[in-house]
Amino acid sequence: MKRQTGKWIGLVYYIALLIFLQLPILLLIIFSFNDSVLLVFPLKGFTLEWYRQLLSATELLNAAKNSLIIGLVSSIVATGLGTMAAIAIARYKFPGRELFLNMSTLPLVIPYVVLGVALLILFQALGIGLSIWTIMIGHTIVNIPYVMLIVAARLSGFANNLEEAAMDLGATYWGTLMRVTLPISAPALVAAFLSSFTLSFDEFSLAFFLAGTQNTLPVYLYSQLRFPNRLPLAITTAAVVILISLGILLISEWLRRIGADRALKAES
Amino acid sequence: MENKRRLFFLMTPPSIWLLVFFMAPLLIMVLYTFKESTFGSFLPFTWENYEQFAQTPSFFRLLLDSSWLALLTAALSILLAFPVAYYLVFYTGARRITLLTLLILPAWTSFLLRVLAWKVILGSNGLLNQGLIGLGLIQEGVPLLLYSKAAVLITLVYVWIPFAALPLFAAMERIDPRLHEAAQDLGASPGQTFWRVTLPLTMPGIASGFFFVFIPTLGEWVTPSLVGGVDGIMYGNLIQDQFARALNWPLGALLSMVLLVLVATFSYIFNKFIPITEVPVST
Repeated sequence: MKRQTGKWIGLVYYIALLIFLQLPILLLIIFSFNDSVLLVFPLKGFTLEWYRQLLSATELLNAAKNSLIIGLVSSIVATGLGTMAAIAIARYKFPGRELFLNMSTLPLVIPYVVLGVALLILFQALGIGLSIWTIMIGHTIVNIPYVMLIVAARLSGFANNLEEAAMDLGATYWGTLMRVTLPISAPALVAAFLSSFTLSFDEFSLAFFLAGTQNTLPVYLYSQLRFPNRLPLAITTAAVVILISLGILLISEWLRRIGADRALKAES
Repeated sequence: MENKRRLFFLMTPPSIWLLVFFMAPLLIMVLYTFKESTFGSFLPFTWENYEQFAQTPSFFRLLLDSSWLALLTAALSILLAFPVAYYLVFYTGARRITLLTLLILPAWTSFLLRVLAWKVILGSNGLLNQGLIGLGLIQEGVPLLLYSKAAVLITLVYVWIPFAALPLFAAMERIDPRLHEAAQDLGASPGQTFWRVTLPLTMPGIASGFFFVFIPTLGEWVTPSLVGGVDGIMYGNLIQDQFARALNWPLGALLSMVLLVLVATFSYIFNKFIPITEVPVST
């Protein structure tokens, strides 16, 4: 009897929290179809005007393109470097291992504003102009620890004996790395890449300090928020980004399931 | 010998990258705190910025205020997320992952956009005011909530609830249900079972949830700049201002270093209790 009551209270609370969390985002999507510059109820009518304007907003599309390039390049670099470090950390004991772990995971807790201004100072001191490449470098720094922890966790789940078997059968170390270690870590690599990309694509605070004249999408959006009459277009961009990231999420979940199925089949 | 060469090959690229683009910038930032002006040479070193920092009580007060706000944000996020994690783990069976995914879905949409949504809701023409007018509670739109500390708090809690829910959920899932049965068999009331079994075993989740909300909130400047107004600014805005507007980089570097030291201290203390960087070696 008591448990039943608890269940109902829990359900009501869950639904209330779900509404609290989802409603603001739903509102953005609804207003992106509203035929008015003002974001107020009652709704004025259905329109695709904002979406039409979106297609011809060159500045915005440029920013989106920059975000895409930065996301891809920084994720590839972070996944590569992070995986190298992860293999070393998961497979070897060496002097300085603890030191390296502490140093490389520090970006997980360092405030982005601190890292942003520190990199800004570095680039200024070296005389390097700000561009999409400086943002890209900033994003690799915050992504490397995530990649490292994700891949190392996967590798420590597997004992070293597969790799030993390959080498006993005459494979070279690098051959083993390419044909055993990396395939074992493949699901983790994909997960690490996607999480890096998502973080980079959405990241604002670092990009704000490291952007030169080329904006990223979040930096562009932020600059638009000061002008009330540009809010509808910002919100429409928001709606599109939300739908795309939902798409990416579904794809990565699907990939993860395929991976899990394969693992199950391999076990049986 | 072989191993050394492999290790060298694996470790050199990431180490160099992190040294050049992570450790070096932090070191140069520290050097900057001794600089006289934004442009010009490093020498002679000066304590001017340190003196200015020590003589401006508002810097320290803002740091304290921001720490308090971060503490409040972390506590509220966990408090609000706790019942839902409890419900999902102990009452919903196999559907719990789907239900959890629905709940944390907003966390995957852009941070900036979630803040924007609250700007729309809390504004003086915003939905909250309209709702209150509709209910006859107030006469005309007043900027009741936007541009205040409360707006920053509400928005940040909204942003962080999904992140607080995850570690709570994970910690509760690890609790062996037989422990509950055992407690009840031994005569504990549901309340006693909760306070003396469930809650202590959830503590690691509470601690890491707290940490992962508190630390990023402490360095926040984007949310306050969008919904905080003059009253709602945080310590991070002070840093951002030195670089974006005031162009006093040396002072900004010092403010930034103080924040870094504070965060590093908190992380160090926290890491003593719950290590986040422990990776087992499997050779």
